[in-house]
Amino acid sequence: MSIHHRPWATILTATALILGLAGCASGTVDNAGNQSPSGSSTTSEPSGEITVFAAASLKTTFTTLAEKFEAAHPGTTIKLSFAGSADLVTQLTAGAPADVFASADTKNMSKLQDAGLIADTPIDFATNTLEIAVPASNPAAVNSLADLAEPGIKLVICAPQVPCGAATKSIEESAGITLAPVSEESSVTDVMGKVTSGEADAGLVYVTDIKTAGDKAKGIKFPESSAAVNTYPITTVSTSKNKVLADAFITSITDTEGQKVLTDAGFGTP
Amino acid sequence: MNRRSPAGYTAVPPWIYAVAGVGASFVLIPLLAMVAKVNWSQFIPLITSESSLTALGLSLRTSAASTVLCIVLGIPLALVLARGNLRGQQLLRAFILLPLVLPPVVGGIALLYTFGRQGLLGHSLELAGFQIAFSTTAVVMAQTFVALPFMVVSLEGALRTAGGKYEAVAATLGARPTTVLRRVTLPLVLPGLASGAVLSFARSLGEFGATLTFAGSLEGVTRTLPLEIYLQRESDADAAVALSLVLVAVAAIVVGLAYGNPQRTTKAKVPQ
Repeated sequence: MSIHHRPWATILTATALILGLAGCASGTVDNAGNQSPSGSSTTSEPSGEITVFAAASLKTTFTTLAEKFEAAHPGTTIKLSFAGSADLVTQLTAGAPADVFASADTKNMSKLQDAGLIADTPIDFATNTLEIAVPASNPAAVNSLADLAEPGIKLVICAPQVPCGAATKSIEESAGITLAPVSEESSVTDVMGKVTSGEADAGLVYVTDIKTAGDKAKGIKFPESSAAVNTYPITTVSTSKNKVLADAFITSITDTEGQKVLTDAGFGTP
Repeated sequence: MNRRSPAGYTAVPPWIYAVAGVGASFVLIPLLAMVAKVNWSQFIPLITSESSLTALGLSLRTSAASTVLCIVLGIPLALVLARGNLRGQQLLRAFILLPLVLPPVVGGIALLYTFGRQGLLGHSLELAGFQIAFSTTAVVMAQTFVALPFMVVSLEGALRTAGGKYEAVAATLGARPTTVLRRVTLPLVLPGLASGAVLSFARSLGEFGATLTFAGSLEGVTRTLPLEIYLQRESDADAAVALSLVLVAVAAIVVGLAYGNPQRTTKAKVPQ
């Protein structure tokens, strides 16, 4: 899945870099030739570079959003770092230099808030719900949440310690069913890996993960998923040295165009 | 191998000690930093929790099983590589030692595409009634895959150092090849075999990537101590650090057994 996408991300990033450089060059010529309007407004316009720490599930969307932002604001660079939200909070509290933090759940954002590292009240910018993922051929003919509790089904879920596992647990409780998984993985990508490789008959993952997997996996919606909706908050980190650019980037995610990128990828609106 | 330094002169320039000190600190300081981070008041409850003990027990059992497999498969491999005269032996060695340098997760992917349900052999195995994925067997296989090269390297070295003189004598006295192997060769390389076994055990104990990829993670079935640490780190950093210390302690004991007395482990004893 992510391996599948990486070459494209690399090509896109490279293209964005080249375009960015070209933008820089033409801007300088403009400044040297005649007084362009952009020259006079550089003080309030975002410029320079920021680092964005974002939850792993935001990889595809944030890569697109950062490219769009850089294209719309020549002279800016958005560096992205993706990992599990808990890992990112650990890195931030250990002093990792970042300007923006986008978490996959409110719990990890609260942890950062407790550490006194957030500059503004976090803004909720997306939601994500669970969906049943099955291999493209759906070998065990899974059609509903109840099917997952059938004996003989090889089900893989997230461990309750990680956000997707916590969501799975609340769904189990509210639907009154007991799941007997063959494996409880530490990350949603590991669950997806077991499904796309055909090792598992079904897995519980986020809607967006199934979209990313393309035609290697099929998603099955189930009404009980409304019991666990994950909210994604974003904020500027208090140690940011470029708050103007950080705030501008956050605005680009919460505005209509940014929201469209997110909903296209399967995210819900908060 | 019985090279001894002349008494009183060690040929180590003083500045070497300074650089060696930096090297030692590079390894020791992170370990000390971890020890400093341990929440001692909670240490015993954390490492004796049910999930911790289950993970430790599973780790010890699977590592013991993989060590046995490494001995059974490693002895013939090392013998062929050290003494055999097959064509393409160099190439065979290169491939067998590959897991030493491969990231374990690559090993896990390779095992998945071999023994997984959709794998090269997995489908036939499933038809025959064997289900490997998500089982403790898968953990042992992942561990054996990454640990086997340690056994082969250690034993092949011992076999080469020991040479074939005693075996030749035994053969001229009428001993059959299997008798020579059992009565002469194996006793001769026993120290190499022992250190190979200890290293294989240590490597199995620390196995993470291949297990996670190939076997999954379920308490009591496939969640070994490294996987438990990785999971605990998500929610309870104190528990992760405490369990890490347990793993360090077990590994230190194991490595100490293997290398604590280099004279004993490297000197091949000649049977009387």
